[in-house]
Amino acid sequence: MVNGEYLDIYKQMVLIRHLEEKAAELYQAGKVGGFLHLYIGEEAVSTGILAAREERDHVITAYRDHGVAVNAGIPVNQIVAELMGKATGISKGRGGSMHMADITRNFWGGHAIVGAHIPIATGLALADKMEKRDAVTICMFGEGATNIGFFHEGVNMAMVWKLPVLWICENNQYGMGTSPERASAVSNIIQKACGYGMPAYDVDGMDVLAVRDIVAARLQEIREGSGPQFVEARTYRFKGHSMGDPERYRSKDEVKKYVENGPIDRFRKFLIQKEGVQEKRLDEIDEEAAQEIMEAVEFADNSPEPADEDLFRNIYVEE
Amino acid sequence: MAIITMREAISQAIWEEMERDEKVFIMGEEVGVWGGTYAVTKGFLDHFGEERVRDTPIAESAIVGSAIGAALNGLRPIAELMTINFAFVAMDQIVNQAAKLHYMFGGQMVLPLVIRAPSGGGRQLGATHSQTPDVIFAHFPGLKVVAPGTPADAKGLLKSAIRSDDPILFIENATLYQMRGEVPEGEYTIPIGKSTVQRVGKDVTIVTYSKMVKYCLDAAEQLAKDGIEVEIVDLRSLRPLDMGPVITSFKKTNRAVIVEESWLSYGIGAEVSTRIYEEAFDYVDTPIQRVAQKEVPLPYNRHLEQLALPQIADIIQAVKEVLR
Repeated sequence: MVNGEYLDIYKQMVLIRHLEEKAAELYQAGKVGGFLHLYIGEEAVSTGILAAREERDHVITAYRDHGVAVNAGIPVNQIVAELMGKATGISKGRGGSMHMADITRNFWGGHAIVGAHIPIATGLALADKMEKRDAVTICMFGEGATNIGFFHEGVNMAMVWKLPVLWICENNQYGMGTSPERASAVSNIIQKACGYGMPAYDVDGMDVLAVRDIVAARLQEIREGSGPQFVEARTYRFKGHSMGDPERYRSKDEVKKYVENGPIDRFRKFLIQKEGVQEKRLDEIDEEAAQEIMEAVEFADNSPEPADEDLFRNIYVEE
Repeated sequence: MAIITMREAISQAIWEEMERDEKVFIMGEEVGVWGGTYAVTKGFLDHFGEERVRDTPIAESAIVGSAIGAALNGLRPIAELMTINFAFVAMDQIVNQAAKLHYMFGGQMVLPLVIRAPSGGGRQLGATHSQTPDVIFAHFPGLKVVAPGTPADAKGLLKSAIRSDDPILFIENATLYQMRGEVPEGEYTIPIGKSTVQRVGKDVTIVTYSKMVKYCLDAAEQLAKDGIEVEIVDLRSLRPLDMGPVITSFKKTNRAVIVEESWLSYGIGAEVSTRIYEEAFDYVDTPIQRVAQKEVPLPYNRHLEQLALPQIADIIQAVKEVLR
């Protein structure tokens, strides 16, 4: 009997991969504008995290947000439409790649100012605590964000108030092109969390089940009242920081080393070798995912641009 | 009508709204145990408890940022900044987050948030603690900026702000907390984004807001002795900016003086005078005058500080100038 959850996890990871490959293509074709930050190579992090959360738990992340958008359950039609700036996009074409959110799924974005969403996460958790709701806020950010003031203010405040937050540092080893060794006084990021008296863990961010398991354990303790906890997921992005990154800061060999042992390949091997899943079944899932993305592109292509009148909508709730 | 201070008016507004709606709470530096740096929340902690009267670390980004998060997630926070000068420390949260989230995510996110901050100079606090940067915040669509000049307006506008689902910067003036004025008895609110006429006159229109309302009223008293009747329009909200009463008044007087406490360049005077020229050019009898702060960082020395700040005499002189 094949584990259905595992197949779902596999499906989500390949769906993200296909989405991102297509997004790059659409960008090259001029159908996606602005900045485009791909999640290729980091799929196991958000997939593992979201596999462990309850639907009532909040998730908030930075601008490399397509993976979380998929894992949170936003239909890929609305994701691709948002990339293409269409009225049917999840943010009605207002946000673009970096600003996707679906609050009906407790996914709060998609934030493009490094670290600025960290204090906002503190506030999401504050409301849950004050309202005595059984929800945890999961806040993801890159290792580069741990050098900015928002991180220190937001994390400190959450700890002072013992709020239900799980901080997840997604360490892909470069803040744009600068490694922690060159930008952070302590390159071992979890030391910073320890500085605030928080339980802190690291995990192999290329191992989706390891991520899921550590997040599940942390969420459990936070629900039991532990206060904030911290996880550093070590990962690697296979593509540039954004489109058009000359990648002078790392060698091709370094990238190759990670790509050869990528999170999807690793999980696929695990499913075949340890779980007895037939390769054919995984190929079918792969094919389904590719097909979904193709259909999403078709949906987005056929979707209308936002109306001109839309320009002035939603500036305020009360006009 | 009761006569109370601006401090009491603001305090009553918060108290009444916290009584009315348990989702409303206040957070900021020294709002609880201390009772508020300007004593606005004196007695709140004992009555409402430390959950809803929440002392924070000295961390303005986290104060505003966490208030945003709490607002998104169903509460109605009032974030108090000790002075508007510290709002610069939280600038990203105010202009990049609070002012953007509702629009940028296609209307999904709603932020019933009030940020309160005292503004203004004249207390010998030196250059970093004496600014009146109100207009900077009014630059950003998505944020509303309210700045009352009387206790009655402060109470009614603050109650509206707390009930609003939009992010609002509510600017108090640090030298006005002791100012007394008549406030209606019982429950009332004043709509945000509506200018009002504070004194009726026929000769010159003065457009102003916040602390300068009182200065203009005093100037008007003196001018009246010379037979000059000025009409004073108080903007009360800087965004949305309600030009209706300004234009109506200007069409009657054909002369205007714009008075603000902050610097002249790129200020309220520039904005309001341009709009008058755009909307009522045919009614212009003489160039519009602007009264504002001298273009210097405010010095500590009392005499120099007062030399830099706009004075009642400057307003009188400007009114006489447009009547020449």
